[in-house]
Amino acid sequence: MKRLLTREWLYSIGLLAVLLVIWEVSVKYLEIPFFLLPPPSGVLMSLQGGFAESLTSRVGFYLHTYYTVSEALLGFLIGSGSGMILGTLIAQSRFVGKVLLPYIVAFQSLPKVALAPLLIVWFGVGMTSKVVIVAMLTFFPLLVNSIAGFESVDPDRLEMMRSFKATPWQIFRKVRFPSALPFIFAGLSMAIVYSLIGAIVGEFIGGRHGLGILILQMNFNMDMQGVFSVFVVLSVIGIVFYSAMQFIERRVVFWTARSRDVTGL
Amino acid sequence: MPSFIELRHVTKTYRTLQDEDLLALQDVSFDIGKGEFVSIVGTSGCGKTTLLKIVAGLIPHSGGEVLIGGSSVEGPRRDIGFVFQQPVLLPWRTVLENTLLPIEVMGLPLEQYRERAHEILDMVGLTDFADRYPFELSGGMQQRVSITRALVFEPDVLLMDEPFGALDAMTREAMNLELLRIWSKSGKTVLFVTHSISEAIFLSDRVVALTPRPGRLADTVEVDLPRPRRLDLMQTEAFGKLAKRIRSLLGIKEELGGIE
Repeated sequence: MKRLLTREWLYSIGLLAVLLVIWEVSVKYLEIPFFLLPPPSGVLMSLQGGFAESLTSRVGFYLHTYYTVSEALLGFLIGSGSGMILGTLIAQSRFVGKVLLPYIVAFQSLPKVALAPLLIVWFGVGMTSKVVIVAMLTFFPLLVNSIAGFESVDPDRLEMMRSFKATPWQIFRKVRFPSALPFIFAGLSMAIVYSLIGAIVGEFIGGRHGLGILILQMNFNMDMQGVFSVFVVLSVIGIVFYSAMQFIERRVVFWTARSRDVTGL
Repeated sequence: MPSFIELRHVTKTYRTLQDEDLLALQDVSFDIGKGEFVSIVGTSGCGKTTLLKIVAGLIPHSGGEVLIGGSSVEGPRRDIGFVFQQPVLLPWRTVLENTLLPIEVMGLPLEQYRERAHEILDMVGLTDFADRYPFELSGGMQQRVSITRALVFEPDVLLMDEPFGALDAMTREAMNLELLRIWSKSGKTVLFVTHSISEAIFLSDRVVALTPRPGRLADTVEVDLPRPRRLDLMQTEAFGKLAKRIRSLLGIKEELGGIE
């Protein structure tokens, strides 16, 4: 990160301010009912209210954020971790890869959230079912990207290693795995975004805690200001997740053009 | 001069997708003395890279035999340093780490060879770049790193596959001078593949000409030009005569270009 506040950033923030003012003014003058679209000032009040609650309050943000973030991160670790390991194993054998390919394609084209109701029945309304949904969503980007990463290794690099009489394990450790890493990180960036989607969808279908539950409750009470304030919390979590991933990516796979050219976020 | 590398009736056939046998190299035999600099020239697709990779043990041959220091080449060996057409550096490793890659792979003592790596980097003029990454270097510098990587474990033989083919003409001439300097200091036996006749003459003690498809030995030409060589050697009559001789061996007409 060379410059934190670039010109583009200033313009982005300026644009946000302008949009908020237009929103505020038009809600007021067009007399839009608050249960259809609350003004930003109202959303801000709800935000303050949500953060003013105690850590364990069921109407505040803290408890629900804790649940949603835990579900998302736990599911992300399990799903992307197993996707990466299985993808790596599959990529070691062309034969195994070809045998499993039809299954991968079939699962890949299935909208995984369609399985969410079933998973609630299997794993209950607690955290486990959400973690499983997130794990399923984050599994495939890593599976597919790991396989693609290992298959795209430059054959010249392999021949170069062979010229030194390298063992297969040395070739894997020193060339094939690092060569696949940029693909694996592209998968992780995708998966971290999916993890939040999975947690919220899971909570919508059945649960007791989480920001998805909070949205449902506020929606039921026609508290649109509250609903919008949860949107703000969710997008902040999303931005933090994604930026953290980018931060790690830029440090680990620093040699890729993607890592060197990215300006801000 | 006693021969160090011996090629005896080397033949290579490929199986095509249509299940036909394609003859790439036919009955190639020649010897290289220890410390000699020999180039293989030929038009694209004559099998010169295939021949070099057979000598390196990277590709199996279909017939004949290759001997290095009296022992038959059956696979990659650690007395050979290979320089590829592309630098093939690992982008996540610094110049020094790339240079030391073969040391790690071969399980040689790193501490001891780190010093040696710095010496070779000095020799190729990369002293100040040891801790840089490949993407911070120019194409010519990257190829120099790949030469240091092939030299660091002190192989007897250096095999080079059109290493300067991707460089611009001026960088290429500079690299040729550099290579001669390295060769005269290190005393390695070099087998160099190129499609440039003038590059082959300029560098070599002997030039091996291969015919196009299938690659067969047209002839070997002794280059009896004095060393150390300077770039203006290329303008001399003797140089021109050698070039003309090799062109005719390869079947290239002097006027209006083209191959017979």
